[in-house]
Amino acid sequence: MSQYNFGFLDEFAKKEIRRCTIKAVAIPGYQVPYSSREMPMGRGFGTGGLQLTLSLIGENDTLKVIDQGSDDSVNAINLRDFIEMTCPGINTTTSTDKADIIQSRHRIPEKELKEEQLIVLQVPYPDPLVIVEPSEEKRKQMHGEGDYSRLLVKLYEDLIKYKEITISHRYPTRINDGYVIDPSPIPRWDVPKMHQSKALILLGAGREKKIYAVPPYTDAKPLAFDDVPFRVEDFCDKRGKRRACSKCGSVSSFLDEFVDSTNGKTVYQCSDSDYCAEYCAAQSKQPFEESIDG
Amino acid sequence: MDKVLEVKNLSKVYGKGCADCFGLTGPQADTNICPSCGSVVAAHDVSFDLYKGEILGIMGESGSGKSTSVKCLFFDEEPTSGSAVFYDDGKQYNLFTLNAAQQRQLSSRRFGMVYQNPYLGLNFDISAGGNIAERLLMSSISHFGAIRERASSLLQRAEVPTARIDALPKTFSGGMQQRVQIAKALSTYPPLLFLDEVTTGLDLSVQAAILDLIMEIQQEIETAMIVVTHDLGVIRLLAGRTLVMKYGRVIESGLTDQVLEDPQHAYTQRLVASAL
Repeated sequence: MSQYNFGFLDEFAKKEIRRCTIKAVAIPGYQVPYSSREMPMGRGFGTGGLQLTLSLIGENDTLKVIDQGSDDSVNAINLRDFIEMTCPGINTTTSTDKADIIQSRHRIPEKELKEEQLIVLQVPYPDPLVIVEPSEEKRKQMHGEGDYSRLLVKLYEDLIKYKEITISHRYPTRINDGYVIDPSPIPRWDVPKMHQSKALILLGAGREKKIYAVPPYTDAKPLAFDDVPFRVEDFCDKRGKRRACSKCGSVSSFLDEFVDSTNGKTVYQCSDSDYCAEYCAAQSKQPFEESIDG
Repeated sequence: MDKVLEVKNLSKVYGKGCADCFGLTGPQADTNICPSCGSVVAAHDVSFDLYKGEILGIMGESGSGKSTSVKCLFFDEEPTSGSAVFYDDGKQYNLFTLNAAQQRQLSSRRFGMVYQNPYLGLNFDISAGGNIAERLLMSSISHFGAIRERASSLLQRAEVPTARIDALPKTFSGGMQQRVQIAKALSTYPPLLFLDEVTTGLDLSVQAAILDLIMEIQQEIETAMIVVTHDLGVIRLLAGRTLVMKYGRVIESGLTDQVLEDPQHAYTQRLVASAL
């Protein structure tokens, strides 16, 4: 791969992305257009996040790549391999703690991020208004005028039809009391993690050619009504008991639900594999904790 | 009396326009298309004042510029020239010099508009209550219970059965759609309301009920209204003062009784004679 520049992108491309990133940080939540480059993979496979990572990573930086919380899924492995191949001298890790840059698809790690860390989210649809307004020109005007009433009407209609807000992911979130963003398809569970986050959150949409950001220590408020507050998924069973991860027993993580193909039973497991592994390890040291978590 | 709106020399030209446009069009030229450049002079030199609680009628045939004038005031169209000052709570707003965000604020909070075609005023993909909620949410009311309550009382006021609050407007009759539009326009208790051919196309009994509703509202909350219509009956019933427009010009104006009983302009005479 020596014929390629460090980070695959040429220096001009990286410079442009960095400039757009700075602008995105300076105007929290604003979608900065950039000239998303062709990458050796299809748009929609995380090229927006990948370009951000490639333009920001340097030698000796430690990278973690996750897909829906897992370090071992195909998308995560391929992206990690590609970045390792084109960025000689970087380290990779699966540990949230040890990473400098975390590129993620559809999750923010369970463990609170630190000031010196940076998370890059892959974004399929950057504009939250796309569900109510098809014309981009009009959407830009709506953003400019802070006109989000039609998004709120969507919430109103949900409430009258289903008695609750039915948006499960890509929950529209107001940044710094200004622009409303699409926080990428993270579950509602992860939205509060963006509020006053210590780490910089960068969001990149490769196909739609937009970069936006939630700077550290910035307000991120999910849209809601005064008397119908935003709420995250609750993982309680029919008797109201919080479900635990079948692997590590944690009752405070976001759970994936799947059906065990051998016995047809529904199984719940941590979506964040690093968190799960760490929780397991911690428990083997303190075996009594399991009975407390029950 | 408190002045609500002062419109001066409002003009709207569709097309590139030329120096002769205004001279070669109008009632005396019997056209509103400029013969030298082909532009359409939809409205020219429209001036009037409107006071609190007053209903001003604008009458004229199709294409006379009535709707265009009102659309300019509601920011649906951008005027070519002229000025309009809106007086609200001791403040003055020069309508055509405001920026887009300020215009939107005014039109969503302080003005109301009821269109002839409910498709323009309502979103047919969301419920009747949702339509009203949209306007309330624009004016930063964010309490779901309060919005529900207000929407329900407005629909009740407009005599739409409140049981239909969560139904889509496309399942409503034409008269009911118009009532929902009125309820939506009134949701922020605007001091200025524009009614563009609100009763056209409705049957007579429904027309009468809608006109009753408009008059009651005018008495209740003292909203100033501009009623655009080509129906002399509506003008006679609602408007205290009337402008008569033809080919984009105001050809006659005055108290409604006076205009209808003693029309001065030949066109108005013909109009009144043909209706009676």
